[in-house]
Amino acid sequence: MSMTGVGPSAPFTHAPASVGRTMWLVLLALMPATAFNLYLFGWPAILLFAETLGACVAAEALCLVLADRPVGPTLADGSALVTGWLLALSLPPWAPWWTGVLGAVFAIPLAKHAFGGLGQNPFNPAMVARVALLVSFPVAMTAWVAPHPLFAANSPGFVEGLRITFGAGMPDTVSAATALGYIKTELTRGVPVSQSIQQTPDLLDMALGIEPGSLGETSMLLILAGGLFLLARGIISWHIPVGLTGSLFVIATLFHAINPDRFTSGVFHLTSGATLLGAFFIATDYVTSPVSKGGRLLFGIGCGLLIWVIRTFAGYPEGVAFAVLLMNAVSPIIDQYTRPRRFGRTRDGEPLPVKREP
Amino acid sequence: MARLFPMRGGVHPEYRKELTSEKAIINLPLPDLLYIPLQQHVGAPSELLVAAGARVRKGQMLARSDGKVSTSQHAPTSGLIKAIGDITAPHPSGLPQPTILLEPDGADAWAELPEPIADPFSVDPKVIRERVAWAGIVGMGGAVFPAAVKLDLGNQYKIDTLVINGAECEPYITADDRIMQEHADEVMDGARIMARVLNAARVVVGIEDNKPQAIRAMQWAAEGFAEVSVMAVPARYPMGYAHELILAITGHETPAGKRTAEIGAVAYNVGTARAVAQAVRLGRPLISRVVTVSGGALRHPANLLAPIGARVADLIEYCGGFTLSPARLVIGGPMMGQPLPSLDIPVVKGTAGILALSAAEVGERPQSPCIRCGACIEACPVGLAPLEMAALIRKDNLEGAARLGVEDCIGCGSCSWICPSHIPLVQYFHYANGMLNHQEQERRRNERTKTLVEAHHLRLEKQAAAKQAAQAARKPSTPKAPNDKASA
Repeated sequence: MSMTGVGPSAPFTHAPASVGRTMWLVLLALMPATAFNLYLFGWPAILLFAETLGACVAAEALCLVLADRPVGPTLADGSALVTGWLLALSLPPWAPWWTGVLGAVFAIPLAKHAFGGLGQNPFNPAMVARVALLVSFPVAMTAWVAPHPLFAANSPGFVEGLRITFGAGMPDTVSAATALGYIKTELTRGVPVSQSIQQTPDLLDMALGIEPGSLGETSMLLILAGGLFLLARGIISWHIPVGLTGSLFVIATLFHAINPDRFTSGVFHLTSGATLLGAFFIATDYVTSPVSKGGRLLFGIGCGLLIWVIRTFAGYPEGVAFAVLLMNAVSPIIDQYTRPRRFGRTRDGEPLPVKREP
Repeated sequence: MARLFPMRGGVHPEYRKELTSEKAIINLPLPDLLYIPLQQHVGAPSELLVAAGARVRKGQMLARSDGKVSTSQHAPTSGLIKAIGDITAPHPSGLPQPTILLEPDGADAWAELPEPIADPFSVDPKVIRERVAWAGIVGMGGAVFPAAVKLDLGNQYKIDTLVINGAECEPYITADDRIMQEHADEVMDGARIMARVLNAARVVVGIEDNKPQAIRAMQWAAEGFAEVSVMAVPARYPMGYAHELILAITGHETPAGKRTAEIGAVAYNVGTARAVAQAVRLGRPLISRVVTVSGGALRHPANLLAPIGARVADLIEYCGGFTLSPARLVIGGPMMGQPLPSLDIPVVKGTAGILALSAAEVGERPQSPCIRCGACIEACPVGLAPLEMAALIRKDNLEGAARLGVEDCIGCGSCSWICPSHIPLVQYFHYANGMLNHQEQERRRNERTKTLVEAHHLRLEKQAAAKQAAQAARKPSTPKAPNDKASA
């Protein structure tokens, strides 16, 4: 009784882990915040969300066919869905349909498959798409609406939703400003932060997410819950979220204490815009962030500081996407300098000296 | 309890030890034929002492240690030497190697054994070392390094701690667990004897905390011996890797490329300690070992005391055969074991386990691209970056992989185990290290050839010069001639 040949080498057992499982857990973690925001922004948001996801999956399938790779199994790993989902969450909720389609083109073929597909892209595909859209179509990408919860009196119905997303677009009358945008505009008009901050939603509304903002970024509490779920399941480590929010909070608080008329507070920075979505779901993208714990902490800190710099000094009121892309660019360098120390060796790779206790 | 020092990296595979942890060790009935390879250890193969047709008795030496790092082989039972032939070895290559075929006569009659050493704590340590060398004892945790050679380390280094490795971190395997539960006294005796030979002041038995019964048994056996302590170490693979266990127990990290003895610690497996006790107290050589036969595809998993040389097929048959077609047959544990090249290969001194694993247990999946999740970096107990090394090796950049430390890889398989993309990382590193080794040998050979060629040229030149000089000497009219070397 003899077996044919010799199989692969050990181990002959495996952790119950797969790429697909990871991706689906990320989607599960995004579910509550997404569901709440789809409810909050009504039919146009639901249509835009569905259409963006569809466009990303279709783009992935097309790329796989062109690359002559297996379509079914690769789609099943859910990575295109995650990209599409995050892209949709970063769009203005009532943005026109073509932002989703164009975003999918930027994200999937250009930002991902041009570099070799899953695992090969240096930049976060969803953020590449968002930034490309924002720079190319600043008007459409900054047209925000106040919450119009489904079934509320002022909420557009399905047909009206179709008209907004696929037709005439968003009526001018509903436009509103995000807290970050409002404060930036007021600052340029000479209104100090201490005064304009009075007009922004209160802390409770910001925590719950009842405010204008991107399709999936407003509900701080639900995003936090999803993020903590990912932490608990070991899908992400604490290093990037803590590095990002910690550095953003510290630097914002510091400058706010120095000049509250010019700089918003640390709490405001944490609760507004895409800070938490970025900290838990975007900056933590495996492919484009460093691989070691130390590297991730550095990466998170870099993101947090850049977010603050961009929000505070740049032309754009929000800086999460830019900050993440800039830090993506230095991920390989961070990796190179944050490799773990090897067993029995110094940081430089030399064997440890033999020291004996007397 | 003493403080434990944290381990780096490591994983928590499903242990599945409950399949056999409650099963007492039972003797495997003598098979019809035993296959005793001349090489069951690290070092030189043993030198054959018997010829085909010879009648031998149990415990008789069949092959003796040949060289500094080598060991001897003994007859596991009495019988007839049928043949000396090449038999497939328990090695991933599946290549044949010289093996003694012994047909048991059923009498199981002992040969004349050396006298028991009555008081091993007062005799010259040399006597103990010689006995251990005679008994053919090797590291039974899988390292199979001749135990007697290691016992010499006490002469070269100052040893503070003898670590008895009862971690048994490989899933499924319960051989050491059972040995500690059933023969704690022998293990303790062997440990103390070795501590004396090594001149080690203290003995620490390290056992993973998933073996509470073994811990209790060893604690009980340690009672009254002030120099011995039993430590429960966290069940975290690969805790049983000697460098990790020594780090956890002593807090000292063995410098790369050095021996643990240089930081004052030597580690032996519990099975080895027991074998030493038997050799010293009973004068018995190492002729059998406890093997865990387990896995989801096996009918009756068990811990068997098998004579060295019993075929895997004999053990599996005794355990009732398979319930379903095994997806993988493994010799050793599932994390670091070898795929079985055949069921005909024999149990050797380093065989701790034989596993028949079902497809569900193996959990094989098609590979997908690396998503840089970094799980392998966190899992690596050595502090390597497996994903980066694998990416370089895939592009055949072996030097790059060497710069990242691929040669430090201990092959524990933690990275492969945890990889969500199911990339066989450790296989890449085995390949790279094999190639790097080969390149190094090649380089050395080329260098030697070059030196030889250069020497050859030099010789030719010298001959030519000598000839010229001789000619010149014969023809004094040549302008160059007068006072050059030829006259010297």
